[in-house]
Amino acid sequence: MAPWFTRSRNIAHHVKRNMGSFLRPAPTLGDSSWSRSPACLGNSPALLWAGRLESTRAQKLVDSDSENDAHLRDDDQAIDFPGGRVMLTSEMQFIPGYPQQRVHCYRLMNNNGQTNMCSSFEQVSKEVAVKMYSDMITLQIMDTIFYEAQRQGRISFYLTSTGEEAINIASAAALSPDDIVMAQYREPGVLLWRGFTLQEFANQCFGSKADYGKGRQMPIHYGSKKYNYFTVSSPLGTQLPQAVGAAYSLKMDNKDACVVAYFGDGSTSEGDFHASLNFAAVMEAPVIFLCRNNGWAISTPTSEQFRSDGIVVKGPAYGIQSIRVDGNDALAVHNVVRAARQMAIHEQRPILVEALTYRVGHHSTSDDSTKYRPVDEVKHWEMGQNPVNRFRKWVERNGWWSEEDESQLRSSIRKQLLQAIQVAEKMEKPPLADLFSDVYDVPPSILFEQEQQLRETIKRHPQDYPSDVPV
Amino acid sequence: MAATGTMRRSFGSLAFSISKRAFSTSPSPVDANGLKSMNLFSAINHALQIALESDPRAYVFGEDVSFGGVFRCTTGLADRFGKGRVFNTPLCEQGIVGFGIGLAAMGNRAIAEIQFADYIYPAFDQIVNEAAKFRYRSGNQFNCGGLTIRAPYGAVGHGGHYHSQSPESFFCHVPGIKVVIPRSPKQAKGLLLSCIRDPNPIVFFEPKWLYRLAVEEVPEHDYMLPLSEAEVIRQGTDITLVGWGAQLAVMEQACSDAEKEGISCELIDLRTLLPWDKETVEASVRKTGRLLVSHEAPVTGGFGAEISASMVERCFLRLEAPVARVCGLDTPFPLVFEPFYMPTKNKILDAIKSTVNY
Repeated sequence: MAPWFTRSRNIAHHVKRNMGSFLRPAPTLGDSSWSRSPACLGNSPALLWAGRLESTRAQKLVDSDSENDAHLRDDDQAIDFPGGRVMLTSEMQFIPGYPQQRVHCYRLMNNNGQTNMCSSFEQVSKEVAVKMYSDMITLQIMDTIFYEAQRQGRISFYLTSTGEEAINIASAAALSPDDIVMAQYREPGVLLWRGFTLQEFANQCFGSKADYGKGRQMPIHYGSKKYNYFTVSSPLGTQLPQAVGAAYSLKMDNKDACVVAYFGDGSTSEGDFHASLNFAAVMEAPVIFLCRNNGWAISTPTSEQFRSDGIVVKGPAYGIQSIRVDGNDALAVHNVVRAARQMAIHEQRPILVEALTYRVGHHSTSDDSTKYRPVDEVKHWEMGQNPVNRFRKWVERNGWWSEEDESQLRSSIRKQLLQAIQVAEKMEKPPLADLFSDVYDVPPSILFEQEQQLRETIKRHPQDYPSDVPV
Repeated sequence: MAATGTMRRSFGSLAFSISKRAFSTSPSPVDANGLKSMNLFSAINHALQIALESDPRAYVFGEDVSFGGVFRCTTGLADRFGKGRVFNTPLCEQGIVGFGIGLAAMGNRAIAEIQFADYIYPAFDQIVNEAAKFRYRSGNQFNCGGLTIRAPYGAVGHGGHYHSQSPESFFCHVPGIKVVIPRSPKQAKGLLLSCIRDPNPIVFFEPKWLYRLAVEEVPEHDYMLPLSEAEVIRQGTDITLVGWGAQLAVMEQACSDAEKEGISCELIDLRTLLPWDKETVEASVRKTGRLLVSHEAPVTGGFGAEISASMVERCFLRLEAPVARVCGLDTPFPLVFEPFYMPTKNKILDAIKSTVNY
């Protein structure tokens, strides 16, 4: 406060010297007659000058004569700071950190799969709806079987998307195949929707020769150039600023496509999240930031992750249009993502979507969530708020699905999965040469040396090395 | 366009002059040979111009690059190529590099500027965990080879802790990226163009001390110098000296002084630190039997340690003396004490003599 006053006092002083007796001396701090209202114009005109923080404007006024009265009153209302015009107020009011009412959550379909007659939304066709539902079931079963496979020691690691099938599938269904997906790790359903086969999933989890990733990463780190799904990496949130760069490329190439970046509630604490929203807004990049707020980051509930009203309120802080949606409502998610995509592409701007949901499964096969949350809570979401069941009811109500379809699909998927696992498990691993390739586009000489040395070592001590990796 | 055979030929002394005069803004007459007198920031500017000209999908971005950059390396680019291709980013290094990775992953040439190498650390995660592993982890389905990160590094006389650092050794420990450091304007232009066009993510450190002070005749055309090829810039028989960037000028002076005392020094500019040209250094050490490495970065864990260990591995029986390292002290880069911290000509000269007289 004080420096502002000192500076304005200097200006007042300077002005006073030039304007002669027109001004009275500036009041001292604490003077109760101080007020900014135009009504006080007569009382202490020095304070009009005191309000002026831009010395250039003060200089102009010094040079001009008193016919600028109207202009003076204007500057009592607002100031053109760098960054734009701001209205002034004499009422000191802090913006609350948390709203009186939380941002509403968009939903179309209740737990019984019934849609509100009043709500208008573009209908999902039978073909799309049936594929959506089938893929949700497929994802569910895939998760169950692969999880089991890890428990049996057949793969080293797995994590499920249980409870988040609607976010996965419904969002994917609203995108075009040209949209670039930059996922975190709990979004294999997006890849599934686009056509990645169960065999391809199994290959990556087993690190078999047919894995597109050449056996280099842990299970569930899928990637597919064909389906525009960038290879997943373990560090959280790192994909977000990359998504902005990718979106900028689409923008500059004038493509009818956007980038969709998925991430969880935990990731929003990472610096990369904030960096990317800010960049996206400034670059006007066509990217949808889709947050799966499932309530948990391993054992950390959202109350220990942030104190804002969820993630949706962070968008406007960066200048980004945002929406909150019921992540367990496939129709709502589909509708929102479709709308977000339209906006992102046609208006060339980022959109933030917060999909509220619940992580029914453990964080991963390395986690036992009973250690930090009540089993009742999990059951409530698994049974009572299940996105798959909810959508099933809607699809059935439309006459597009039957019990027979259900049992046929389930047994078929199960069979395919077990088959895929068998094939992937029996397949040999990628050859040793794949340890050394792709570090750079062309291997540097140091790697030739190291490969030679390693091969000699393997010959001397074959027992140290797994037999399913062809040397 | 391709590098000529000049890279391995020794140049005698360093081919540029470090001039105390301020950069002259009047255009220098163009040489009939197609050479133009340029300082380092002009040479960098030239390389960026050529990169933007020759590839419509090349982009230059970073803090303050639009008006020309705090070191004038990007002067005139936004005017010439438009704000869509040459633009300011928000003040956030992790954002700059992450953005650059995404842009490069879509097949563009993303030339990112970090304002000072001292500020590159927020981007370390993106560089190490993402850029370096992008191709490998995807099984070569994806890559961000079009990414080049430029950053001014090194002592400038008054930079203190945060405007003088040489962080190259952190990056030399990361398989998947390349680290390149030019010693002069002519080298910088050719190396930078190679970096931009190389299909791997590269960190390019520019010696800020030389931005204005180093002036050289630089070819005006589009040319590239090879990566991962060291250059013998002074031939000798008694001892091999290895360095990079601005330090080479200091080492060159030490070599000249040593010559007056009858010691014949071979001076090698490493140019690319990762992956580095062991063969050229080894050949030289086999010839001389002695090795001295010098860099501004603190001696412990500095890249000199890697060079020393590698040459001891390869040339142990040939070595006549321990490998000498004349480097910065193991302290943060000080302001008032900079002259004491730095690996000066006389420190190097003393080390040359004690190595030769071991």
